[in-house]
Amino acid sequence: MVEVDITKHILVPKHTKLSDKEKKEVLESYNVTLDDLPRIRISDPAIKHLHPKVGDMIKVLRKSPTAGESVFYRGVIDV
Amino acid sequence: MEEENQPSKEEVQEVVKEEKKLEKIEPQEEYVYKQVKSLIFSVLSPKMIKKMASAKIVTPELYDREGYPVDGGLMDIRLGVIDPGLRCKTCGSKLKECVGHFGYIELARPIIHVNFVPVILKLLRSTCRECGRALVSKTKAEKVVDAVEGEEEEVAEKKKAHKSVSAAGIAKCPHCKARQQKVTLDKPTTFMEAERRISPIDIRARLEKIPDEDLSLFGLNSTSIRPEWEVLTVMPIPPVTMRPSITLESGERSEDDLTHKLGDIVRINQRLFENINAGAPEIIIEDLWDLLQYHITTFFDNSLPQLPPARHRSGQPLKTISERIKSKEGRIRHNLAGKRTNFSARTVISPDPMLELNDVGVPREIAMKLTIPERVNEWNTAFLKKFIQNGPEIYPGANYIIRPDGKKKKITDETKESALEELQPGYVVERHLMDGDVAIFNRQPSLHRMSMMCHRVRVLPGRTLRLNSAICNPYNADFDGDEMNLHIPQTEEARAEAEILMEVQTQLISPRYGLSVIGCVQDAISGNYILTKNLTVSRGEAIDLLMAVGITNFSRLPKKEMVTGKEVFSVVIPEDFSFKDEHATIEDGKLIEGVMDRNLLGEGSGLLLRTIHKKYGKDFSIDFLGKIFRLGIEVLFRKGFSTGISDTDLPENGKNEIKQSLDDAYEEVKGLIEMYQNNKLDSFPGKTLRETLELRILEVLNKARNKTGEIVSNTARQDSHTMIMAKSGARGNLLNLAQMAACVGQQAMRGKRIDNGFNQRTLSMFKKGDLSPVARGFIRNGFKTGLTPAEFFFGSMTGRDSLMDTALRTPKSGYLYRRLANAMQDLRAEYDGTIRDSSRKIVQFSYGEDGIDVSKSENGKINVKRIISNIV
Repeated sequence: MVEVDITKHILVPKHTKLSDKEKKEVLESYNVTLDDLPRIRISDPAIKHLHPKVGDMIKVLRKSPTAGESVFYRGVIDV
Repeated sequence: MEEENQPSKEEVQEVVKEEKKLEKIEPQEEYVYKQVKSLIFSVLSPKMIKKMASAKIVTPELYDREGYPVDGGLMDIRLGVIDPGLRCKTCGSKLKECVGHFGYIELARPIIHVNFVPVILKLLRSTCRECGRALVSKTKAEKVVDAVEGEEEEVAEKKKAHKSVSAAGIAKCPHCKARQQKVTLDKPTTFMEAERRISPIDIRARLEKIPDEDLSLFGLNSTSIRPEWEVLTVMPIPPVTMRPSITLESGERSEDDLTHKLGDIVRINQRLFENINAGAPEIIIEDLWDLLQYHITTFFDNSLPQLPPARHRSGQPLKTISERIKSKEGRIRHNLAGKRTNFSARTVISPDPMLELNDVGVPREIAMKLTIPERVNEWNTAFLKKFIQNGPEIYPGANYIIRPDGKKKKITDETKESALEELQPGYVVERHLMDGDVAIFNRQPSLHRMSMMCHRVRVLPGRTLRLNSAICNPYNADFDGDEMNLHIPQTEEARAEAEILMEVQTQLISPRYGLSVIGCVQDAISGNYILTKNLTVSRGEAIDLLMAVGITNFSRLPKKEMVTGKEVFSVVIPEDFSFKDEHATIEDGKLIEGVMDRNLLGEGSGLLLRTIHKKYGKDFSIDFLGKIFRLGIEVLFRKGFSTGISDTDLPENGKNEIKQSLDDAYEEVKGLIEMYQNNKLDSFPGKTLRETLELRILEVLNKARNKTGEIVSNTARQDSHTMIMAKSGARGNLLNLAQMAACVGQQAMRGKRIDNGFNQRTLSMFKKGDLSPVARGFIRNGFKTGLTPAEFFFGSMTGRDSLMDTALRTPKSGYLYRRLANAMQDLRAEYDGTIRDSSRKIVQFSYGEDGIDVSKSENGKINVKRIISNIV
């Protein structure tokens, strides 16, 4: 089977890994811990290429019908 | 509890001291709070039953000769208090403070608990009768344990694993090689093994033998459950507070069903004890044992199909524990999930366009039952005395007065005088509902926040609750027998909250799409349409109209002999209001161009309403809406408005045109069918020849029908009332008109022409394989000319189909919406703009991804410019 780079697919929003400093800033700005954020599995194909670790923060930039573009942050969890 | 070693005096004192110390340092600042991590459901062990009991019950007697509860009887005062004045012997508190305490009885012989019968059966079948081990090999057992222990495993998976253990049909125990026998259940509570009965004693012995390690294979948590506890040796006696006796008018006591049942149990149990001790023959003991089993079984569940239910002397079955919990009238659905409320009313609703939009008409009968508590003070004593004077029979009166000590006194003709005399500041008078009182009005299903709104009461004659028909939309109400509920807030706080948060005008703009949910409907739209289209009235008539609407200032009405409808309408519009869109132009409070129709005034559309709301606020908009609504209706009052079949009359040339266009279409279809039969038809890509034909025919027929619609709308009388309704959007559309006047059109089922029924034909009157429009459900006639029998039949087919469809779809989508609403019910928008759930976890980083409140935006944007220009 041909291996497809799914990150290029139009339905897959852009995922980026945040640095520790950026991560801290985001958590502080919302006054939350990583557990309070939405989650993303470490095995999620969309972040495979980022080589994430558990506890990393992923920024998801997706197109939104209401706002044009919207940002979500997700905490990487096991499994 | 009693057996626990009591803390010594010193210890008690020390504890008290420490408490005092704590109080001084931190005066009620620290709260201890813990998060619930897990719940364990378990079975009470005999030891636990004895430990939590505060009395041992030994006698079925209830009261002695003086009517005092017998010690060790079922109404023992150690089990709680149900009489006012008495104190509980266990906890020392009074009636209502004491929640009651359990007792227990020692059973002479073990008894099977009915509700555990399925579990016991499973255990007996899949454990060895000799060694008690589970009847699975070691390797298989390990596999199951592995499957179960995977923590995040699906529950279904676990169940599957447990199921694999229940291995009925294994002949030999894999551990001790003992031969197994088949265990069957003789319902409800008798277990048989190879035609012989296993006594509860033996069952208990077998369950005792099952080792703790094997329990997890059956889904039992060995740390909290032992299977032998499912066979009762002691039984807990529920506290008297959950089975209170009632004193009848004759002074006789009537006991609760549970007490009756428990009396039976204790009596038989005592008899069984005596017979065993006296060494009675085995048959007698067995009989008593069975009887005890029956009583205990029915104590838990009196609606088992295999058992005759235990009955009262009157023959009506006893309501025991299971019946108290189960079903619609049970504790859960009746008392926990469903509650009833005082100060509420429910009746049929009917419309009253003369009410304000935020009024609710309340029948006088209801107004005299619902009351508002009003506290007496220096200034309102005389005012409130009038209500007492009137009493409960004359409106507006009062039903009760409440003394400062909380005693409630009913006002009757006898007590009226004394009530008037003793009334002084500090008293509360519960007076009848009056005009202007605050009420919450609701119609189920309450799917939105607009399903419960706060209204002002208007007490009216009649027996229905009334509302202005303009607010039917948010409630989704109509008047075909709908009922609605009314609630009267009883405190100042509740009233304030209702007024500020729930009043109709605060709910004007929908949070779903940002437009007014309330608008003109039906006649109000037709009326305004007629008024603003091209009506001229005399000045006198115009003033008459405006007076009826509630306008008294006519300075803005042009001083002419005849005024136009537009000028009349303009009087209602604020003087400094300007508005322009594709439908209408308003300049400085004057309607220059355009006609008022559904697009401008209707609910869920109408930028005019939103613009007014944005500029002048909620109270003005609701008043404005009420005025134009009444204006519309008032115009119709004067002009008259009705429809009839003659509205669909067409001139001769129109009729001919329609006939011509339909004939042309028939001819075209005939041509298509011929081409198909001669194989000259080119198929569309991806379609078969037959499908292509169908599509082409449908296209031709639809075009023809649309054309008839056009012809109708061009040739029918433009000033007919049906036409006015269709054009203004008040009711119906041009298609409905065309269906009446000209041609109903193609009947379709599942997107296709009707094609089934008989072999290769729809009805037996057609030839086999007839593909012509007539034979496939095209209705050429209009409703006025009348349908042919075949056409009528096709119409009924699709009619029934769509009826079925709606009947099936409504509950399904309702349930879908309910699940969505329940899943989202405790999400909320925090001050930082995030949406979080009840544990403060983030769901959305910005509300709706753009952080905009729809009801305060204009098409998804906040118009900052306008806001600034409004403020500055």
